[in-house]
Amino acid sequence: MPKYSFVVNGKAVTVDAPANLSVLWTLRDKLGVTGPKYGCGINVCKACTSHLDGKAFNPCVTYVSDVQGRRITTIEGLADPDGTLHPVQEAWLEQDVPQCGYCQPGQIMAVAALLARTRTPTDAEIDAIENVCRCGTYFRIRKAIKSAAAKIAAREAAG
Amino acid sequence: MSCPDVPGPSGAPAPGPDPGGTSRRRFLSYLVAAPTLAVGVRWAGPASALPVPTAPAPADVLDLGDVLILAAKDTESMLIVLEVRADGTVTCALPREEVGQGITTAVAMLIADELDLPLAKVQVTLADARPELQRGQLTGGSNTIRSVYEPVRQAAATVRARMAAAAARELGVTAGSLSLADGVLTARDGRSLDFGALTGPAADPDLAVGEAEPKAAADLVLVGRPTNRIDAVKMVTGQMDYTLDLDPVPGAARAMVRRPPTLNGTVKSVDNRAAVLAMPGVLGLHVLPTGVAVLAQTFGQALDAKEALKVTWGAGTVDAESNASIFRRLAAAATPVPPAPPGTQVVDAEFTFAPASHAPLETNSAIADIRATGGEVWAGLKSPIVAAQEIAKDLGLPQGSITAHVVQGGGSFGRRLFFDAALEAARISKAARRPVKLMWTRIDDMRHGRARAASYHHVRAVHAAGSVLSLDHSVASVETDFRHGLGEILTAMSAQLPVGGNLSFAQTVFLTTIKSPYDFGRVTQGLQEVPLKMPTGSFRSVYSANTRGAEEVVVDEIAKQQGKDPAAFRREFLKTDRQRAVLAKVVKEGAWGKVMPAGFAQGIAFHDEYKSCTACLVEVDARNPRRPRVTRATIAADYGLPINPRGLEAQLLGGLTDAIATVFRAGLHVVDGLPLEGSYSQFHFARQKDSPRDVRIFVLPATTGTPGGAGELGLPAAVGAVANAYARATRTRVRSFPINFPVDFTPFPRGTGSTRVHVPPPPP
Repeated sequence: MPKYSFVVNGKAVTVDAPANLSVLWTLRDKLGVTGPKYGCGINVCKACTSHLDGKAFNPCVTYVSDVQGRRITTIEGLADPDGTLHPVQEAWLEQDVPQCGYCQPGQIMAVAALLARTRTPTDAEIDAIENVCRCGTYFRIRKAIKSAAAKIAAREAAG
Repeated sequence: MSCPDVPGPSGAPAPGPDPGGTSRRRFLSYLVAAPTLAVGVRWAGPASALPVPTAPAPADVLDLGDVLILAAKDTESMLIVLEVRADGTVTCALPREEVGQGITTAVAMLIADELDLPLAKVQVTLADARPELQRGQLTGGSNTIRSVYEPVRQAAATVRARMAAAAARELGVTAGSLSLADGVLTARDGRSLDFGALTGPAADPDLAVGEAEPKAAADLVLVGRPTNRIDAVKMVTGQMDYTLDLDPVPGAARAMVRRPPTLNGTVKSVDNRAAVLAMPGVLGLHVLPTGVAVLAQTFGQALDAKEALKVTWGAGTVDAESNASIFRRLAAAATPVPPAPPGTQVVDAEFTFAPASHAPLETNSAIADIRATGGEVWAGLKSPIVAAQEIAKDLGLPQGSITAHVVQGGGSFGRRLFFDAALEAARISKAARRPVKLMWTRIDDMRHGRARAASYHHVRAVHAAGSVLSLDHSVASVETDFRHGLGEILTAMSAQLPVGGNLSFAQTVFLTTIKSPYDFGRVTQGLQEVPLKMPTGSFRSVYSANTRGAEEVVVDEIAKQQGKDPAAFRREFLKTDRQRAVLAKVVKEGAWGKVMPAGFAQGIAFHDEYKSCTACLVEVDARNPRRPRVTRATIAADYGLPINPRGLEAQLLGGLTDAIATVFRAGLHVVDGLPLEGSYSQFHFARQKDSPRDVRIFVLPATTGTPGGAGELGLPAAVGAVANAYARATRTRVRSFPINFPVDFTPFPRGTGSTRVHVPPPPP
């Protein structure tokens, strides 16, 4: 079986896996990284959303062979190594967003990627986030996105 | 009574039945043998006499939540056990299932409040199945807080009293001279002891302890204060473990099941067994009553193998049925509604609601480790005792040989009342003689997982001279499965139920949940079931979302015939001041009656259940009637005694979203015995773009002093409000739900072929 090497949450890993094993099952079943969740397996619910070299991607439809030599960040790696939460996580807590919580790692990773490229997303840009929340927390997610954007701006202003 | 009015000035409870019988003096506490302090409470009074059902509707006298509380009375003694640990924390293994309702947070608040402890020092976990609780471990009917409120407070008050007595003895002072703050008892001279140091001495059975009375409402600090979830940090950091994130039995094989092309189809033969067994990572293959299980090293490999299987299938149970034929059967089965007398005005309306998948984001999943003499299962289980019993029976193992571990669930909406995945995983583990982790694919979960049954409604409202003389509502529904323990509860309680005759479980549930909040003269509401064998299960609010939702549409139509404003009409016909206060709140805060441009409209509706009531006011943009959007929502609710307003707001927000989805777009097309929908791209549950950008929710201050139901309350009113707003915006009558329901997708093949999708990742 081929070997693939890449970085997960700052740590170099090598796995034996068939080339077309999805990154979701590579992470969950081979590496024990369970933050990214299965919700559909076909890239429509977005519960597994994580970052590949800083950009949002969906591990359920990405092959392990696609990520050779690349850098994956999952929800477990979003906070600073010293434990300081990412502003999006802080905003999620402040707005008390989660209900069942199952989709929230994906929601948070999608928003962290969005805010990395758009500092102040419009309502239309927020509407374009496709991650399904079956508990229906969307309005709190919207408020948390705006709060996170303000937190990031404040951090930058503080230098 | 409906949403009964507030207590009189004396503070005495409002007159009327107290079916829950939760007067706190009827509880006694007891010590659990342990080196540290562990306290339980027991019911000390005689079984309460039940009120005679003379009120207009059975659900007014004794609702389903009351039934659940009464059914568990004889085991209430064992329900809540609090333990004080040496580190000063207080723990409670709650015999309920958390699936997002926020019940662990609310229970932690109750404990912290009674004990003057910081919330962070209280831990609430989920208890395994506790067979000794018999009928007392079912999470449903919006009943958790209603059923645990008094036992939790009494247990916590006992802990406080024992801590004070122990500290008094250790310090040589009187208990009354001690002050308690942050888990530390301090004497007047400044010496102090904390809970951790006292947990041994407080467990001394010879300790003399004064009466332990829970605090008066005025002394509660946390109850009623908006509080964030105690489990949210885990959730936002990826540390919350759902069933398949656990690894309790290392080396568990990953299992998936190939399911039939029609509902409840059977396996005739597996035609390429050797080829599938030779696939990479595949560990085994077993035929089950529900399909063919494949075991592999990873779920990815199990999925490939499952999809590669060639299986010859036997017929299912509803192969000739489609939504159209089902609705014909339902219309034929409904009891005729009485004709309108001459000289009256009539609103006569027939409604249909398509089946709807619960579609929790975590699909049916379980872990099982079954050995020769017994075993263990792990899953999100709302009826874990029944699950363990049924699994043992199915496997031919002795009762008591299965331990069911309750794992926090990724949503439920009714789905996790059943234990389909746990049973299936146990069967696979037994057949394979190894531990397994079972996951249903989304496609299977949506097609073969349980769903809200399709329903048909005929409502006839008769009115004259400004009065409503009668409302008759005949409901027919595909059979809803209640074999998760509720059936046994209803059987055990049958002599005490406020319903007569030879009613089915479903009819009993219907009659103990459905009632009208309005003075509409003669109100009759009845259910007939059509016994089609489809996988069904209660959906949030059971029958109310459809039944009361449809009635709220009719209310608007009566008002229109009378030339009255829909809000003013409701105010005129609601029964109590509590109800009218809730309605008035949304009328004011939502600016009811404001002028809206063409294609936009407001809609309003009301709902009352489980001793709580709510009103919902939404604004809809239906300029494109095929893609309407709720743009704003205002919701108010009276819960009698709100424990955590922030959590209650969350439940109302969830109910609103469920309503937006199921009224506008989300349903299942059953065609030739199988739903076509197989994922969220096809079953159109609401997404961010369907959700209002402005939502205002008002949890009203305490009124009755007793917590009412919360988890399901929001949905029926929101269904009515969204439907009414759409009808007003489009100047149409709404009769068929979801309103926009084309097959706007290419269905996945029936049980064949790969569903694999590959999307090349973004470049570095």
